[in-house]
Amino acid sequence: MSLSRQDVEHIAHLARLKVSDDELDEYVDKLSRIIDLVAQLSSVNTDGVTPMAHPLDIGQRLRPDEVTESDQRELYQENAPDVVHGLYRVPKVIE
Amino acid sequence: MSWETVIGLEIHAQLATRSKIFSGSSTAYGAEPNTQANLVDLGYPGVLPVLNTDAVRLAVKFGLAIGAQIAPRSVFARKNYFYPDLPKGYQISQYELPIVQAGSLQIRLPDGSLKTVGITRAHLEEDAGKSLHENLQGASGIDLNRAGTPLLEIVSEPDMRSPVEAATYMRTIHQLVRYLGICDGNMQEGSFRCDANVSVRPQGQQELGTRAELKNLNSFRFVEKAIEFEVERQIDLLEAGGEVVQETRLYDADRDETRSMRSKEEANDYRYFPDPDLLPIVLDEAFIAEVREELPELPEAKRARFIADYGLREDDVDILVASRPLADYFEAVAGTVKDDPKLAANWVVGELSGALNRDGVDIDASRVPPHALGELLLRIKDGTVSGKLAKEVFEAMWAGEGGADEIIDSKGLKQITDTGAIEKIVDEVLAANAAQVQQYRDGNQKVLGFFVGQVMKASQGKANPRQVNEILRKKLS
Repeated sequence: MSLSRQDVEHIAHLARLKVSDDELDEYVDKLSRIIDLVAQLSSVNTDGVTPMAHPLDIGQRLRPDEVTESDQRELYQENAPDVVHGLYRVPKVIE
Repeated sequence: MSWETVIGLEIHAQLATRSKIFSGSSTAYGAEPNTQANLVDLGYPGVLPVLNTDAVRLAVKFGLAIGAQIAPRSVFARKNYFYPDLPKGYQISQYELPIVQAGSLQIRLPDGSLKTVGITRAHLEEDAGKSLHENLQGASGIDLNRAGTPLLEIVSEPDMRSPVEAATYMRTIHQLVRYLGICDGNMQEGSFRCDANVSVRPQGQQELGTRAELKNLNSFRFVEKAIEFEVERQIDLLEAGGEVVQETRLYDADRDETRSMRSKEEANDYRYFPDPDLLPIVLDEAFIAEVREELPELPEAKRARFIADYGLREDDVDILVASRPLADYFEAVAGTVKDDPKLAANWVVGELSGALNRDGVDIDASRVPPHALGELLLRIKDGTVSGKLAKEVFEAMWAGEGGADEIIDSKGLKQITDTGAIEKIVDEVLAANAAQVQQYRDGNQKVLGFFVGQVMKASQGKANPRQVNEILRKKLS
């Protein structure tokens, strides 16, 4: 197992995911297998190879600095579970 | 034991673009909540970021101004953390390959000495939204207008050794970004924000002490005060045999103290990785050269030129070059007056700045434009109005009563330079003060000042003082 229960608990906490004890065992197993699979890549010698973050050999296209969007708050907020005074209402985020 | 303070600053400057870094939403401040947040800013599935040219251009401009390396290829990364004002669950930032690398900035400390502060990097990133907590009955309200606003995070080396140095560096960066026109520098609106990394170590020790990161330092004064408090706290802790914990601390200006933000500690695991939605920023020499052409004269160069070309005093120059609009204003006045830049400087630093401060008016909106002030100064130069009455003329100009000539005319403030007229007043004053005339002739030279005062009073301040002096001496001898 490349991942411990603590690792998975920690990752779940960072993503604010609630994971039950039963699920935790399963995730430790499955996530570890994924990581082990990918880890096989480490056996390849990559000395002198430039890291490739993107598969395309071109640079980022830029757009001109222009305001092209209009206010569509009402439309977008139809998808929100809770809205007040134009704000998205969420559980309190400070102690 | 004597301790050395070590400080590094992270400054977030909001770049002065019209639209956001990755979307076409407006960045204007103060709009109704969520009216400037589109699908990209809201983190809807299936949308893609498209990079704003001007965000790149302004970042490069900053890099060139601090003599940094502009990365020919830089990469955006995702900084992952969970917070409701960050809808995607990650902030698009730069990590391993920032756009600006290894520059430096010279700062001028209050005692006049110079110090060079290293700037490790400056990288592009998007701002998060705002969480509001008031009047929401125990909930929080999220406004995402600010989400996606372009920021340049400027990270210094741990080169500062005192709170004063830190505040001076922050001021110098603030002045620079405004000179460059890349950030409006408005701290009330959050366009210019600062965090400080602070540690102490025994004098002479090479290794750095454990640092605390101070947040919420949104004024030059707070930076100084927060660091002062934090340094004292750390020294007290160490001298009592304790240890400094690496943590984030929030500065509370009302209580003038820093306190731990415990909730932040565990979250410091951002799992950065290159953002697959954005290709590397590739910059060619031509683009960089084009931006270099746009660089204005920078504050230090302007300062040196003002001292050399205009022969001004250093403390006046420091005031004049503090902001580019004020320096431009001065040069316009000096250009009108031609051969007397010192007179122009005195009036810009004195009367004009006084009126601006008194009425809370910005230099760009000055009620007396530079050419109008220049014309008033010309009337002082050619003897039409005395320096003293010119202040009265200036106040009338400030109140919108017209130009210098108009006001001098309508208020009858023209200086009396007609020798005959002045002689007549002098004669009257001498006749009315026989006792003082005797004192003067008995050798009491100080009485001359009394006579000058009386003559000026009798002429309602309009007699030319130089002529008054001459005529008095002649008549009393």
